[in-house]
Amino acid sequence: MTATNSDKPFEGPGPDAAYRAALKDGKVMIQQCNDCHRHIFYPRISCPHCGSIDLERKPAAGTGTVYSTSIVRQKPEAGGNYNISLIDLAEGVRMMSRVVDIAPEEVKIGMAVRAKIGELGGEPAVLFEKA
Amino acid sequence: MAHQLKGSAAIVGTGLAGIGEAPGRTHLELLGEATHQALADAGLKLTDVDGLFTSNLVNFFPTLTVGEYLGIRPRYADGTNLGGSSFLAHAISAAAALHAGLCEVALICYGSNQKTGAGKLVSGADLPPHEAQYKPRYPVVAYALAAARHMHQYGTTREQLAAVAVAARRWAQLNPLAYKRDPLTVDDVLKARMICDPLTVRDCCLVTDGAGAVIMVRKERAKDFPRKPVYFLGGAAAQWHRQISAMPDVTVTAAAESGKHAFEMAGLQPKDVHLLQLYDAFTINTILFLEDLGFCAKGEGGRFVADGNIAPGGRLPVNTNGGGLSCVHPGMYGIFTLIENTEQLRGTAGERQVRGAEVGLCHGNGGHLSSQVTVLLGTDAAAH
Repeated sequence: MTATNSDKPFEGPGPDAAYRAALKDGKVMIQQCNDCHRHIFYPRISCPHCGSIDLERKPAAGTGTVYSTSIVRQKPEAGGNYNISLIDLAEGVRMMSRVVDIAPEEVKIGMAVRAKIGELGGEPAVLFEKA
Repeated sequence: MAHQLKGSAAIVGTGLAGIGEAPGRTHLELLGEATHQALADAGLKLTDVDGLFTSNLVNFFPTLTVGEYLGIRPRYADGTNLGGSSFLAHAISAAAALHAGLCEVALICYGSNQKTGAGKLVSGADLPPHEAQYKPRYPVVAYALAAARHMHQYGTTREQLAAVAVAARRWAQLNPLAYKRDPLTVDDVLKARMICDPLTVRDCCLVTDGAGAVIMVRKERAKDFPRKPVYFLGGAAAQWHRQISAMPDVTVTAAAESGKHAFEMAGLQPKDVHLLQLYDAFTINTILFLEDLGFCAKGEGGRFVADGNIAPGGRLPVNTNGGGLSCVHPGMYGIFTLIENTEQLRGTAGERQVRGAEVGLCHGNGGHLSSQVTVLLGTDAAAH
């Protein structure tokens, strides 16, 4: 039997801390429910789809698609424009992120993207680049 | 059989204060002024109030702070915070509390000095931890992401979004209280400063001061007051998410559920509604809510508004006070949907009066398209 956080779901560091610790180690881990088999993001104590506490952390494939996208406009002296997107991961979960390394105007809905771990505000962050 | 809450309570007083700018006034002073206007409208005294329904973005304990400030010791209080839709949820809660005998005179109230008191107002909202890191410009970017997806999926255009702002401005021009009444064209909206693509500053609601208050009583007493009563016909709240990344489909809001349940309670259908007040924090909202509440098919909202249906002279008047886009938007707008429909259903809306209005739909939105609350109001004829 594989180790799941449901072996002792209410002991030790919780799923949020486990997610952040993995991110610091360069891994994006996504929970999957062992009862309804759907994936979950953001990390939680129980499955929001079926209520199960039998959840397992698995490495994300890291591939996804831009579901929607916007540009936060600001003056160059304040740091300039940047992208905000909603990304649908291959696992079927959605997260907010930024598509980086291309101009925000070039980010399009439906674009294939790939996750990379960068840094925002001094913390590791899941960012995306054009696949 | 009709739902027991249909027609069980009525609005018998409304009040407004500080619409636009009210320099030197605190949010509680504005709330208090609106409350006294509503009490005067109903011919009641502050000491008659025994049900208190309020929320805001400043006070951690809104009903405690407002109760103390006004000197109300409520038998029943509800400070549920759903964002801007709170006051519509309070109207449902008030109808239920009145019906159950938990209170006799319900006061729903809100006030904000967010424009002239800028810098002092601190939003108490916690930032969703798995979104905040990316520095999304809340709340605009959440609505921008919905608008961008709606455009992609249904071919909705920026011109169609702009038509919502232009219709609101044309209604505002008929309302002497509205904050923004100068002419506005589709081109003006398109050429305005971009905030979060595809939304310009003219696709976004105003930032104003303002306060509103509503008095509700049981139907048995409703005709004992000076003004024509406006009855609660039905209402429902729905929520599917908090943060925009958790919204299952950003082109479909929980208004599809709140509207369905509100119509069921009232025993009515969209075709029975004569006018709507929809929480238009951003132009995309009006389009989404027209679709989700059943006034046009999903994806057709853009064309529906661009065809002039919702503007003065159109077949479905929407946001007849000018809405959050042109009349008033003091952080939370929901209470003004109740007040404007009451004015219209009383037949006292002046130049902007919708003739023959018997049923009005109020719809509130809160958070990031998160909370959706629908309330149907009607005249005596519509209620009984």
